[in-house]
Amino acid sequence: MSFLTLENVTLRFGGLVAVNNVSFHVGKGEVFALVGPNGAGKSTLFNLISRFYDPAEGDIRFEDKSILKLRPDQVPSLGIARTFQNIELFEQSTVLQNLLVGRHRHAKVGGFAQTFFTPAVRKEEMEHRRIVEEIIDFLDLQPYRDKYIAGLPYGIRKVVEMARALATEPKLLLLDEPASGLSLEETQDMIFWIEDIKKHMGITVIMVEHDMNLVSAVSDRVLALADGKELAIGTPKEVQSHPEVIKAYLGSSGLDDKKEGAKK
Amino acid sequence: MPRGEGFDLDMMQLVISGLANGSVYGLIALGFVLIYKATEAVNFAQGDFMMLGAFITIWLANPQFLGIDFWIAVPLAISIMAVLGYLLDLFVIRKMFGQPQIAVVILTIALGFIIRFVVGAIWKHEPQLLETPFAGRELRIGELVLGFEEVAVIVVTLLLTLFLFLFFRKAKLGKAMQAASQNQLAAYYVGIPVKRIQSLVWALAGAVAAVAGVLFASKGAVDPSTGLLGIKAFAAAVIGGFGSLPGALIGGLIIGLIEPFAAYALPAGYSQIAPYAVMLLVLIFRPAGIFSQMQKKKV
Repeated sequence: MSFLTLENVTLRFGGLVAVNNVSFHVGKGEVFALVGPNGAGKSTLFNLISRFYDPAEGDIRFEDKSILKLRPDQVPSLGIARTFQNIELFEQSTVLQNLLVGRHRHAKVGGFAQTFFTPAVRKEEMEHRRIVEEIIDFLDLQPYRDKYIAGLPYGIRKVVEMARALATEPKLLLLDEPASGLSLEETQDMIFWIEDIKKHMGITVIMVEHDMNLVSAVSDRVLALADGKELAIGTPKEVQSHPEVIKAYLGSSGLDDKKEGAKK
Repeated sequence: MPRGEGFDLDMMQLVISGLANGSVYGLIALGFVLIYKATEAVNFAQGDFMMLGAFITIWLANPQFLGIDFWIAVPLAISIMAVLGYLLDLFVIRKMFGQPQIAVVILTIALGFIIRFVVGAIWKHEPQLLETPFAGRELRIGELVLGFEEVAVIVVTLLLTLFLFLFFRKAKLGKAMQAASQNQLAAYYVGIPVKRIQSLVWALAGAVAAVAGVLFASKGAVDPSTGLLGIKAFAAAVIGGFGSLPGALIGGLIIGLIEPFAAYALPAGYSQIAPYAVMLLVLIFRPAGIFSQMQKKKV
């Protein structure tokens, strides 16, 4: 059984081909990294997997089932959670409230019972709280539990967003630039956490990341993209030393392309 | 009867009728706050929703129209208004998705005019009274004589506000509504169907407006221009802080209480200004409203 498969996925924005015939699969329990220069289509791939965009062509399958018929809000119920490059949190709520909202898909007791806080609801709430507290302990968020998001530093918000994704109890976690804007020390913490998320929680991770230090430290496999196309796929070492990847990062191939384009 | 005591009883009756009026303002203000909390738009047709709810109930219940039993007509009218609210979001408001807030505001102002004229065209412009089973009944507490309608209005309003308050605090749907208003992207990716939630908020606002309409029409006559008292309810919502449900109710009660006492103390003509003067004072001295949530948001 394959876990996540993208098959010949293409997405166009008008004349721009943002994702060009991309195929790959991610195995259960893997940490899979997407790298490439800005505009390569990494975040766009995330937005395709989380059903924010509809691909023009191709198929995306999760646990052997196509997800292309689902709405974005149905994606979490499959066990796919994500974070965002620009951090999307509930700003006027506390850290704890943000994580509890992450429990949304697991809330089962009916609305009227909840309004009057019956014993069944109390029991369920305690279970949600227990799971959320475990995540708070795991990510060292105790000092910020009752703080409002609006007043928290950037690095902490990033961790809170990852914590909320974990609160949904995902099978697949999509991390969009987990280390961007983090200090060296915070990045070290992030490496440690991603390893733990993989090993101890058994969650598959796909991440978009520029920090090659983090990518090589935690990834099993890496896919390099440029201009929406696959350049190379393999272990971090293989991809880093791949001539096409080096070219894409140094930008020489881009320049040549432009010159050729101008001649035509 | 000693003179002083009679004076106190007059005062009590002014207070009760003020609170009853204020309850209706408060319920319309609740509608403002609901929509604002969940979609960050202001629905200036909320007063006209109330008037429409009143007319639908009159149409269902009064003997000169359909004459359905009052206790069936009321839940039916509330359901009809909820469905209308839902459909309004589905087919009109949602089309404005991504447009500036002001576009939605102007749309709702136009919607208010449309409701006023459509209701006038169907049910005429004369004032009408909802015939309730408890019309004309009185409650006597000692020497105090209270209209049954007025007491019912206050009690129903308090219960409804309490229910909505708990609903937003505790229920999954209520929390989902708040989450969707704070961050739509984040709400989507914890599994909240944001668009459906917004339609449900409009349905809820329609239902609350219908309750306000039933209460208003059972204690006084309504005509198609009654919806304009939505402006007073808007003032109530501002006084209450615009993000707070209990604040909206208390803002409504404050305005309801100011009116009869202003009429008692000030020359006719000036007393009408009092509610808006209070709104201005609140905006000047406590711009976030009396019950603003901003207080605890400071970190």
